[in-house]
Amino acid sequence: MTGAAAEALARTLAGLAVAEERFRDEVTLVVPAERILEALGQAREAGFAVLTDLTAIDRLPVEPRFEVVYLLTNYTTPARVRIKVRVDADDPVLPSAIPVYPGANWLEREVFDMFGIRFDGHPDLRRILMPDDWEGHPLRKDFPLVEEPVHFVGHVPKVPSAIIPKTPRTPPTPPR
Amino acid sequence: MALKPPEPAGIQVSRAPSSGAVTDADARAVEGSVLTTTVDRVVRWARRNSVWPVQFGLACCAIEMISAAQSRYDIARFGSELFRASPRQSDLMIVSGRVSQKMAPVLKHIHEQMLEPKWVIAMGDCASCGGVFNNYALVQGVDKLVPVDVYVAGCPPRPEALLFGFTKLQELIARGTRRRPS
Amino acid sequence: MSELARETLVLNMGPHHPSTHGVLRLILELEGEVILRADPVIGYLHTGFEKEMETRTYHQNIVFPPRIEYLATMIEEHAYVLAVEKLLGVRAPERAETIRIILAELSRIASHLVWLGTSAIDVNVTSMLMYCFNDRERVMDILEMVSGQRMMHGYMRVGGLQWDVPAGFTEQVRAFAEALPARLDEYERLLSDNLIWRERTEGIAVLSYEDALRYGCTGPIGRGSGVRYDVRKAFPYGGYETYDFDIPLGSRGDSYDRYTVRMEEMRQSRRLILQALDRLRDGPVIVDDRKVALPPRGELVRSMEAVIHQFKLVSEGFHPPAGEVYSAVESPRGEKGYYLVSDGGNRPVRARVRSPSFNNLQALPVMIYRNMVSDVVVAIASIDIVLGDVDR
Repeated sequence: MTGAAAEALARTLAGLAVAEERFRDEVTLVVPAERILEALGQAREAGFAVLTDLTAIDRLPVEPRFEVVYLLTNYTTPARVRIKVRVDADDPVLPSAIPVYPGANWLEREVFDMFGIRFDGHPDLRRILMPDDWEGHPLRKDFPLVEEPVHFVGHVPKVPSAIIPKTPRTPPTPPR
Repeated sequence: MALKPPEPAGIQVSRAPSSGAVTDADARAVEGSVLTTTVDRVVRWARRNSVWPVQFGLACCAIEMISAAQSRYDIARFGSELFRASPRQSDLMIVSGRVSQKMAPVLKHIHEQMLEPKWVIAMGDCASCGGVFNNYALVQGVDKLVPVDVYVAGCPPRPEALLFGFTKLQELIARGTRRRPS
Repeated sequence: MSELARETLVLNMGPHHPSTHGVLRLILELEGEVILRADPVIGYLHTGFEKEMETRTYHQNIVFPPRIEYLATMIEEHAYVLAVEKLLGVRAPERAETIRIILAELSRIASHLVWLGTSAIDVNVTSMLMYCFNDRERVMDILEMVSGQRMMHGYMRVGGLQWDVPAGFTEQVRAFAEALPARLDEYERLLSDNLIWRERTEGIAVLSYEDALRYGCTGPIGRGSGVRYDVRKAFPYGGYETYDFDIPLGSRGDSYDRYTVRMEEMRQSRRLILQALDRLRDGPVIVDDRKVALPPRGELVRSMEAVIHQFKLVSEGFHPPAGEVYSAVESPRGEKGYYLVSDGGNRPVRARVRSPSFNNLQALPVMIYRNMVSDVVVAIASIDIVLGDVDR
């Protein structure tokens, strides 16, 4: 949320950040991968003591493919800020945030499990949700959902996600 | 006057002659208090009225299973007084909830540890057919792993639906029907 | 001799276990009865919610949240529809917001009753499960009356509610709220000063204030350790800013404090429900924007535009603007957030569920270090995890 604390942090990290996004009252700062620990450390100094969430987005086919998102919260003056890092597809690796936020332990394991992004310095980087011998990283866009088609009498078998197909951004409506 | 001990009320003292012959009255009394049946039917009667499930609550359906065991939808009146923690002491596995890839071997293991005769109720849509979730993470129906006797549909099925499925299972046990090969 | 003194036993607990509150596996390393290391293994209920939600429209996705955290189903739906509404930039009308608050607080009470019943039965107060579920049945009756289903309601919609509450709703909710304090007093009379309960929960599974912040533990487990953070007060949503309620805080961070915090939270929920009932006014229950919400049925016979809107919404769904939002609510376990990323299409690019139980469970090894094996059960019960929420 745009609180004074988030604004202050945005100013502090302005030197580090390569981009800033604002949407619906929320602040997102994009930092380069080699400065992420510095950015997280400064955020923690600024009062954002809690790592609420650590996740990733697969933007296939856009390059760089992955965005790793750190959601930080300041409990004292309630404020939230998002810090994003863009990571390439081939050999995605980031430094682990555990020295700054110990709560990143399981969150980084989950990102590794679901996306295949490795975290250097993580004490125990192994799968957490999928079985240990699972191959593939499920939340990547090129990993299929593995749906069984549903058979209805007289109709072509369809997979459930194809019943309402994906439509991209709405084209502008023609004037009436 | 000869002293006789008083006859206790309510007990018929036989006035049969000492020859030992059985009278009609005796035969009728016996018919009214003895029934003949087969061992199988008695065993099935005992089994169906004391089916003890194993505690195998996985997800949301487990909450409705617990509700079915509580005071409003009392499952104990059907004989399932206890949900045993150990599979060795239980007859029934109510698979209540979605079975993930990681849980599948555990489910198979627990089912194998149960002693015969054993039955399986697939409670809910996820256990019956994968339910709402048609994806990589779930086993699409627990009958891919264990033979299922009764499928209870619903997401989650009401406790009354589970009890209905349970009574269907009891009828199945009473008939002694072999389950369909899966 | 010193070799023998350091010999440890590795004990496996779960995933099939009566007291792990779901399919949780713990690998405990014990020295005698004292726990040196605990390694929770999760993923036994992983359902792929986040990937499923990427393959459905925003409206179709309403089905999934109550199946994630299945004890506080209305709060889950509330969390998701608030996130979508934030993405779209719409706000539900006032009557819808008031009803949502009533249903969310009822769900919170129902969830805490399940926690109380199952925690108590873990400590072998077997009758508490019966009492608590009996009270919960009254909440289930109200939720069923409103939506048709005891759980997994699908009642909240993007922009409001599916339909208005039926007649008799306010009377039934008020009757439940009036009867609740007597029940809670009875439970507190049974447990709060009970020597066995205090012995089993005081000083057990202590989570310090610093550790609660380090691991991002929110909800009663954070508040039990003294972290003054409740999403309803810090980042108010859905109308909560205008209501009057308190946040109970613990001081020692042990299981007993978490118990008292949750008991008090039930009373505060009741306070919120009574305030909301007094504020309930007539009005629409869904937003009037035809690009977001379906038109009322009566309009379909009168207006061609309504038919077209209905058709587009059902066959394609609405298209939020490109962007990303994070919207959180206070679930009975902590901060439940939805991080939705949209590219302008009819499906989310990423639907991330910030799960409070996942972060809370991460603190379990820290909490039960140097406790006894018999305290693990009490510790897990006092964290109040829902495995569907942990594994998603």
